[in-house]
This record gives sequence, C-alpha cells and structure tokens, in this order.
Amino acid sequence: MSTADGATIVSGREGTDPRRGSARALRWGAGTALRADLRLFGSEFGLHLVRRRNWAGVGVLLSVPIILAVCVKVTSDGNTDGAGPGFLTAVTDNGLFVALAALTMELPLFLPLAMATICADTVAGEANTGTLRYLLVVPVHRTRLLIIKYLAVLVAFTGALLLLVVVGWAIGTALFGGGSLTTLSGEQISFWAGVGRLLLVCLYIDVCFAGLAAIGMFVSTLTEQPLAVVIATVAVATISQVLDTVPQLSSIHGYLPTHHWMAFADLFREPVALGSIRPGILSALAYAAIFLSAAWARFGDKDITC
Amino acid sequence: MSVSSAVQAAGEADGGCAVRTHRLTKRFRSGQVAVNAVDLAVPRGSVYGFVGPNGSGKTTTIRMLLGLVRPTAGRHELLGLSMPRQAGRVLPAVGALVEGPAFHPYLSGPANLRRLDAVDRTADPRSAGPRIGAALERVGLSSAGNKRYRNYSLGMRQRLAIAAALLRPRDLLILDEPTNGLDPQGTREVRSLVTRLSQEGVTVMLSTHLLSEVEQVCTHVGVMRTGSLIAQSSLAQLRGSTATGVRVETSCPQAAAAVLIECGLGGVVPGPGVVQADLGPYEPEALVVALVRAEVPVRGFTCVQPTLEELFVSLTGEGFDVDG
Repeated sequence: MSTADGATIVSGREGTDPRRGSARALRWGAGTALRADLRLFGSEFGLHLVRRRNWAGVGVLLSVPIILAVCVKVTSDGNTDGAGPGFLTAVTDNGLFVALAALTMELPLFLPLAMATICADTVAGEANTGTLRYLLVVPVHRTRLLIIKYLAVLVAFTGALLLLVVVGWAIGTALFGGGSLTTLSGEQISFWAGVGRLLLVCLYIDVCFAGLAAIGMFVSTLTEQPLAVVIATVAVATISQVLDTVPQLSSIHGYLPTHHWMAFADLFREPVALGSIRPGILSALAYAAIFLSAAWARFGDKDITC
Repeated sequence: MSVSSAVQAAGEADGGCAVRTHRLTKRFRSGQVAVNAVDLAVPRGSVYGFVGPNGSGKTTTIRMLLGLVRPTAGRHELLGLSMPRQAGRVLPAVGALVEGPAFHPYLSGPANLRRLDAVDRTADPRSAGPRIGAALERVGLSSAGNKRYRNYSLGMRQRLAIAAALLRPRDLLILDEPTNGLDPQGTREVRSLVTRLSQEGVTVMLSTHLLSEVEQVCTHVGVMRTGSLIAQSSLAQLRGSTATGVRVETSCPQAAAAVLIECGLGGVVPGPGVVQADLGPYEPEALVVALVRAEVPVRGFTCVQPTLEELFVSLTGEGFDVDG
C-alpha cells in the first residue's frame, strides 16, 4: 500500500516478496525513512519512560534540591561554607541558585549513576532479557539501532536534567524569591538572563554527559549484565574524578572525561568565561566519537548468542 | 548423501528453496565446532522438521540462518536472497521464534508487539493496531488484555512469541521448539496453526526434539547430530526407503511362516504365537486369503509401518536419543 508521499509500506501479503524489495527501496521517500526512525526513537524513549525504576531514580535526583532548599531555609544562619563553586552560599540570595547548587552536588555521582543506569538498559539490558535477538531479526540494522538508542538515552537524560533544574528553580524561588541575581564574578544580571544561563548550563552538562553516555553504550555492547554496565560506567566517572585530584598527574588531567564538567560554573560569570567551556565541549565530543565508534565496531559483528 | 540430493532436486523442481545453506559452519572461539558443513535445503511450501537432540547444533544453525551469529565458513540464502547481506530485504518476510520467548517483562503483550512493530521500518504504523490484534487472536491471546508479560504463564509467553512471528504476512517461518511449555491443548492448537499456515503457502521450518511432532505436521525432515546434518529427506521418501512389515498373530506360527514363504515374502521370522515378515511388493489382502485357504488359524493380521524413530535408526545406523 502507498502512503501520501509515494513510499510503499508493507501491510499486506503482496508486499512481502523480498525479490520486489529493490523496487520498493527506490520508492522509499526520505520522509518515510525519517518517520520510521522517529517511530523507533519513540519506542526506545518510551521504554525509558515506562520503567518505574527510572522514575524512582528521577525521584532521587529531585530530592536533592528539595532537601537542600528546605535545610538552608530551616537553618537560618545559612552556614554552608565549603560546598561547591560558591552556589550553596548564594542560594539565599536567589532561588535560581538552588538549581545550580543541586547540579553541583549531583554532578560527581548521581548524574553519572543515572546515565549509567539508562545506558545499561540499551544493549546489555535487551541482551539480558533476550529481546535483542528478536529486535535484530525484525530486522533492524545494528548501526541504526545503536544510534537511535544513543539518542534516546541523551533525550531521556536531558529530560531528567531539565526536571531537576525546574524543580530546583521552583522550590528555590518559592523559598528564597527570584528577581535579578548576582553572578559569581559579582555583576548583576536580570532574572531572565539568569534563566538563559541556567539553560546553557544544562546544555553544557548534556554535552559533557554525551561523552559518558558513549562510554556507557560501549560497555553495554560488551556484556549481557546491565549491572556490570552501571558499575563500569560509574567507576570510569569516579576514577576519573579521583585522578583529577592527584596533582602529580596534572599532565593527564585535561584528558580525563570528567575534568571539564565543573566548568559549567563559568557560565555564571560575567562575561561568560569560555576558557574552560570550549575544551570541555571538545573533550566530550571526542569521547563520544571514540566510544561510539568502539561500540559500533563491537556491536556490528557481535555474535548474538543470548 | 543421496537422500539430501533428492530433496535438493525436488526443491528446485517446485521453485527453489526457502532455506538453502552451503557448507555452513560455526566454530566457536573455544575451538568447538557447533555446526559442521551443513547443507540444508528446505523446499518452498514445505513444513520442514529440523530435529536432533539438545546440543546438536539446531539453535546455532537457526541463529546463523537469521544473521544473529556469523558463520565461520559457508554461506546461505533465505527465500533466494543471500544472507546476511540482504537481511534488510529478506527478514521482513521471515517470522522467527528463536530459543524461547523473550519480551520486556514490564510491558503488556500488545505493548511488546507494538514495540517490535515500531522497530520494523517497512511496517505501516497505521495498520499496526489491527495486525497486532489479528496476531493475538490467531494464537488465542486476545483475552490477556493489558496484563504485564511478567505475569504471563510459560504457555502464554510461547503464544506471544508466535504472535510476534505472525505480526505481518510471512513467506517463511522459522520456529525453534514452538510447542515448548504448552499444555496438550496448546500443542494441538500450534500444530493446527502450522498446518493452516502451510496451506496458505507459508514455508515452515520447525525445530523440535519431538519425533511425534514431525510425524504429525512435517512434510520434510532434516536430522542433526553433533553439529552435522546426518539425514535430510521428504517424509514420504524416508518412509518409502524402509520396508513395511507384516505381522501375523496365530496359534500355528510354523504353518503361517510356510505360507508366507510360499507366497514369496522375505525375512520371515516365526516366533511364539506370531510371525513377522517383510511385505515387499505383495498385496496384504492376497496374503490373508492364502493364509485362510491353508487353514492357518489367523488371530490378527497387521501391516507394520516402522515408527519414525525406527526409521532414524535404520537411516543412521544408531539410536536417536529424542531427549538428548
């Protein structure tokens, strides 16, 4: 049967003869291919959404800004020295800083854990339940599956990140008020400029975690145990952060996957200090490219025996 | 082997093979040869019983057929197209059940089928609902509703896997142990479903270790043993290749044996109260008349078709352990 844009889609007996496939392929419009990819993406993203485990994880992520804001509000002296790059001390100044302080606290462990958990579901999780073999005989091209799974992971993570920021901002504004805010370098910016900066921070963290997601996807193609993926991915992030604190290793610090993560604070300076943002983005893109290629090479001709 | 070349000729006569392998081999990294130079020929329109004990390489062969496992040597075609190069074109016309059902436990049956349909870039999303409904109907799962897969019984899981294989019209079904875990009623349903699909023109390749299943639904059979295809033939040819026997129950076995020898039968073996012989080209009716005329007291007269298991023994020269 034909769709509006002239592409032929199989839904009846006559279309299943594979020898007619080449003729069919010629009539495949780009629009149909894109729609099919979107459908697969929706299915992948939907799998993340329907898992109660994932929502429990989101609950944990959201609890941090709530607990943080309430604690700061209750302890009136606000003695919060020594936590993060100066955001915690500023939360009473403007509610927006609750979101930033929460990000700072969750960046080392909770966010990598969240990313590792959803990466584990993609390939290792499907291999573990055996659904991977049924996906591949549908059929679906392994490269297409890998890329769409990666994109679904990034979108799911972005969703969690935005929820975290929105909840932090909402409870912060409710408890400490909004209005214009003072940047880390002392200048005042308007409230909406602050919101824009916050979104830029999310974007930057997203790019950083695209690198970690590629590492997670790669590990996911190596094993059939989702838990192993979680452990390995969190271990990579943690070891990287530990090595980052050893001064004797300063020569390799710039190459560590987590080295530039905290640079997001520079987006809250006036003017924005791009000095560490740019290498952060380049590093994350490099990690994404390397480990996605590795995942592709590994998954592309892997024997599916589970 | 002569039997397999006969099948090959038959396959080419009726329009080629739905599954054809050439020296297909899988050697695992451990060095173990799971599948050794297998030449399968599944004629189009047949119901092909792929039998062999557990661990004989059936599942690895099926995984190679579907492109899940890369062969170490050899090549194969499905529906006339070479695999795995043309997987994207040929697999939409192939429904498969590989080594038991596997679905997302926290999704319902229909949601799992929707998921599989969403992966298929050649499937029409607008017809997904009716197609899923029809597939569930066909395996008797319509009433399961939105129950999560994790709460399905083994039989329901097996049915859902078959429904997934029937999500769209197929030319070839590759079913690995489709009746595993089903109760007798479910087993009967699956067998009649296979027969119906075959009547609709679908080629069915059915892996099983139940010879009774082969006897009831298959037109062709291939036997695996320790990684090799040791026999392959149509069931009729297999039956024709072994002699039908005659069994006469009588109180005078010696007299009966004499009559049978006189009629020209070979392999006459008189025993206590019974005589057995090879029927050969003779009419059973004529033998009964001859026995009665010679006043042999006949209590029973049977033509004995050897069981499939006996056929396999005669074909391979050794026992076939159905349960592995």
